[in-house]
Amino acid sequence: MRYLPHSDHERAEMLGVIGAANIDALFSAVPARALKSFDLGLPAHSPEFLVEAHMRALAAKNHAGADGPFFVGAGAYRHHVPATVDHLIQRSEWLTAYTPYQPEISQGTLQMLFEFQTQAAKLTGMDVANASLYDGSTGTAEAVLMARRLTRRNKIVLSGGLHPHYRDVVRAYLKDDADLQILSASPEGQGDILDHIDETTAAIVVQTPDFYGHLRNIKTAADAAHAKGALLIVVITEVVSLGLLEAPGALGADIVVAEGQSIGNALNFGGPYLGLMATRKEFIRQMPGRLCGETVDADGQRGFVLTLSTREQHIRREKATSNICTNSGLCALAFSIHMGLLGEAGFTRLARLNHAQASKLADALAGVPGVEVLNKTFFNEMTISTAQPAVALVERLAQRGILAGVPVSRLEPTDPSVVNLIVLAATELTTDADIAALTTALAEELA
Amino acid sequence: MTTKFTPDHEYIRVEGATGIVGITQFAQEALGDIVFVELPSVGKVFKKGDEAAVVESVKAASEIYAPVSGTVTEVNDTLTGEPGLVNQDPAAAGWMFKIAIADASELDGLLDDAGYAELTK
Amino acid sequence: MSMNNQGRPTGVGTSGFASTSGSALLPNEPLLFEIGDTEHSGVDLPHVTISTNRLGGFERKSPLDLAGLTEPEAMRHYVRLSRLNHSIDSGMYPLGSCTMKHNPRLNEKMARLPGFSDIHPLQPVSTVQGALELMNQLSHWLMTLTNTAAVALTPKAGAHGELLGMMAIKAAQDAAGQSHRKIVLVPESAHGTNPATAAFLGYSVKPIPAREDGTVDVQAVKDALSPEVAAIMLTNPNTCGLFEPQVIEIAQAIHDAGAFFYCDGANFNAIMGVVRPGDLGIDAMHINLHKTFSTPHGGGGPGAGPVVLSEALAPFAPVPFVRKGSNGLELVEHAEGEALGRITAFQGQMGMYVRALTYMLSHGGDGLAQAAQDAVLNANYIKARLAHAFSVPFGDYPTMHEALFDDSFLAGTGVTTLDFAKALIDEGFHPMTMYFPLVVHGAMLIEPTESESKQTLDRFCEVMEELAVDAKSGNVERFTAAPMKAPRRRLDETRAARSPILKWERSAETLKAAE
Repeated sequence: MRYLPHSDHERAEMLGVIGAANIDALFSAVPARALKSFDLGLPAHSPEFLVEAHMRALAAKNHAGADGPFFVGAGAYRHHVPATVDHLIQRSEWLTAYTPYQPEISQGTLQMLFEFQTQAAKLTGMDVANASLYDGSTGTAEAVLMARRLTRRNKIVLSGGLHPHYRDVVRAYLKDDADLQILSASPEGQGDILDHIDETTAAIVVQTPDFYGHLRNIKTAADAAHAKGALLIVVITEVVSLGLLEAPGALGADIVVAEGQSIGNALNFGGPYLGLMATRKEFIRQMPGRLCGETVDADGQRGFVLTLSTREQHIRREKATSNICTNSGLCALAFSIHMGLLGEAGFTRLARLNHAQASKLADALAGVPGVEVLNKTFFNEMTISTAQPAVALVERLAQRGILAGVPVSRLEPTDPSVVNLIVLAATELTTDADIAALTTALAEELA
Repeated sequence: MTTKFTPDHEYIRVEGATGIVGITQFAQEALGDIVFVELPSVGKVFKKGDEAAVVESVKAASEIYAPVSGTVTEVNDTLTGEPGLVNQDPAAAGWMFKIAIADASELDGLLDDAGYAELTK
Repeated sequence: MSMNNQGRPTGVGTSGFASTSGSALLPNEPLLFEIGDTEHSGVDLPHVTISTNRLGGFERKSPLDLAGLTEPEAMRHYVRLSRLNHSIDSGMYPLGSCTMKHNPRLNEKMARLPGFSDIHPLQPVSTVQGALELMNQLSHWLMTLTNTAAVALTPKAGAHGELLGMMAIKAAQDAAGQSHRKIVLVPESAHGTNPATAAFLGYSVKPIPAREDGTVDVQAVKDALSPEVAAIMLTNPNTCGLFEPQVIEIAQAIHDAGAFFYCDGANFNAIMGVVRPGDLGIDAMHINLHKTFSTPHGGGGPGAGPVVLSEALAPFAPVPFVRKGSNGLELVEHAEGEALGRITAFQGQMGMYVRALTYMLSHGGDGLAQAAQDAVLNANYIKARLAHAFSVPFGDYPTMHEALFDDSFLAGTGVTTLDFAKALIDEGFHPMTMYFPLVVHGAMLIEPTESESKQTLDRFCEVMEELAVDAKSGNVERFTAAPMKAPRRRLDETRAARSPILKWERSAETLKAAE
């Protein structure tokens, strides 16, 4: 087996040093009836080329984003990732290192995390950011719990514009919680949350651009929350939007959670992604997840370490801020490299390009008979209402090689009002020809 | 003015009806460099043995228990910015909170200088 | 006070040796923000003008201030930084409980096939049948290796899997009118995530003491059982690297009391293909794909923590999951009945599923068993070779995949476990796990994994022996001043925690100069 270095001769020699008659003797603590008492019936080891053939056959059964016009968004976005990013993250020293618990020989990872935290803080306009969480959805649940610890209040209000999966994750984390108030879906972008804030509210959760693509008024939400002593959690699923839109920190957000996949990370059918979390300086000690900080070594040289770890499970055990153990290190690295390549100049151009393509898409869709664009505002994503049920329509378009977006009813199956709605996104990868292909096909299907 | 000790290494310095609470020299040495002190809020009411504060070193967090029942009347806010005072001067500048002693008889159950010295010998 | 002084010391040690960092091949690398600026960019994108935007007046007014680098500058920055890291590819990484095994590059290549990497989690299921098939195949391997009835693939990491497994237990008990069960038993040697997870779900944690030999006594479990106990969270093989010999009896006792057995599967790599946890009576167990099935650790994630479930818990698995339908494979995305709902957006760590299945197919059932046996062989070999110079806490019986030593061999030397570990750095090895498990004083937990050759193990043992001899001979400074040959000397963690600096900020002088 190509991954196992020992020859049988060496194994025998090592057993001799140990003083064990055979390998089973080392498993003597295992109850006899449980040790190798079965035939797994799994295939035997296989050469690289056969494994590759097997995996290629599976991959070939999927329609990849590059195979045709592509407008799927709704929380994960197809952007270009520079070749440099993927090359660098595959370097051994990044890919095959562990969590930087030995800072003297992990300065690469640690400095990168420090740079990543700085980038995340600047993007969101917040004081501090952590070294990443699993993804945006679990990050939102963590933010909700953090807000409860900070305010010692319980009521949480989720805006109707929050991504339905994010809402469902919060619901699972707070199972049967009477203090969780979930507002109904708001595909028209109607403001819905301000009337639900009271003196028992720990936090309100507002997404912008929201699930349907509308831009929400963060300042108003922040003022309303703060007037009652509640916190505002802002959720962002499309982090590229921050290249054009005001930073939530500048508008009064208390905790910002973002899905960082758009920068540096492929779609990967849903994961691995990375959650960004940023907050105010005074809230650091209630923030979950790893933090990297600057210090000096014994010679006075600048260096970096994981810090404030008394918040974490390996020290606080049952009193920890979260049970979270890993961050999303390699995805954070990809994000940080891509953002470092973009810089402010590139990131702003990228955001403008996304908005420009989305504007073309919106205008083109508005011209298709039977299609209504619901958005007055958007960044790179919008909701349309069509004359037909969306699931079947999107399926027919897929058969024509066009991935036309996400039928809202796939995420909201029990809400009859969304049956005809589709959420579509455009990015820098969306071409004018793609848009033309979509509108032509849509017009034909709806005719 | 007397100082009493708990077997958990808190001290309480009694000044009239008020007790000043902190951790002992022995405790600060065992914990190593203190990097953060979480203090109770003024007005908080504790029963003897309640968790009243937390001191953190880089790798550990330790709870400070109320040595007697009572109400917190003042906390040492200086520790927020200078947690190292607990290491440098635990008995004086490193005090943590003052408590209005609800039941002075609880003090009798605590250790005196000799008793604590014996414990940490 | 609780006098919690567990864990490793954090001082910077004694100075007095010249720094070796900043040498020719290990340059000090400035921060991205010190070499880049807001005008440079390594990505060519057209500048488009937008005549009428649809941003509703929410345009950015505050500065972004993100530093950019051109491509050659970026390449150099990240290559230079990378060289400051130890990695499995560059040397042995014997971190106990972390399982730093070889990461085959075929896994990486497969994960990057556009058919896996360039598919969207919400595109029509008819267009991702190969992805669903892959999830099905991975599920089949995981269920077969564990002899369990179901698997929930979505957890993003081991701790997330624990959370899911315990949520499933809670849901099952709520459904059965057993909501009064509020206690979870956790052995003292458990990983910190176990009590953190139980507490998160509102359980109170009741610790179970370890026996002298480092394992859990079934009698101690029986003594702790009551009608209020919801579950036990037991790691097997445990955190001391030992297989729990009474695990079947413990499972029986737990089930007799109407409770569930959550097994922390962090160490499944020691028994894969050799022992099936389902045969031991577990109800739920997470499997860290990044440990057992070699998806890369990536400097701290991403992980993946699928959870296998017994027949009793299978109905409580979260969405989404794959099942056979009339038109091929279906993705069930909405909870039916009493199921948990959803614990993450989308389908979980697909990129890790691809890598793990690739690894499984490469090894085959036979190769996985051989890998587990080699991992156990290697740990016992280290233990046998070092037993004379080090101190073994739990006596002379076989360990599983880890060799555990305590610090009694260092008594009176003035050298701590931490110092010893730092000296190992100067010899080119990553330190072992230190001060964990907490039940052993000054613990050194060594996990070689199956990936190390006998030559490497011999070299490692020689270095360890030589260090032990040197420590006992009084050469204290070699240890307390270590590391001396790493890119940095010991770092001041106290300073970092007392006044945290968590991001780069322009210095006052820079700001002034910019005016």
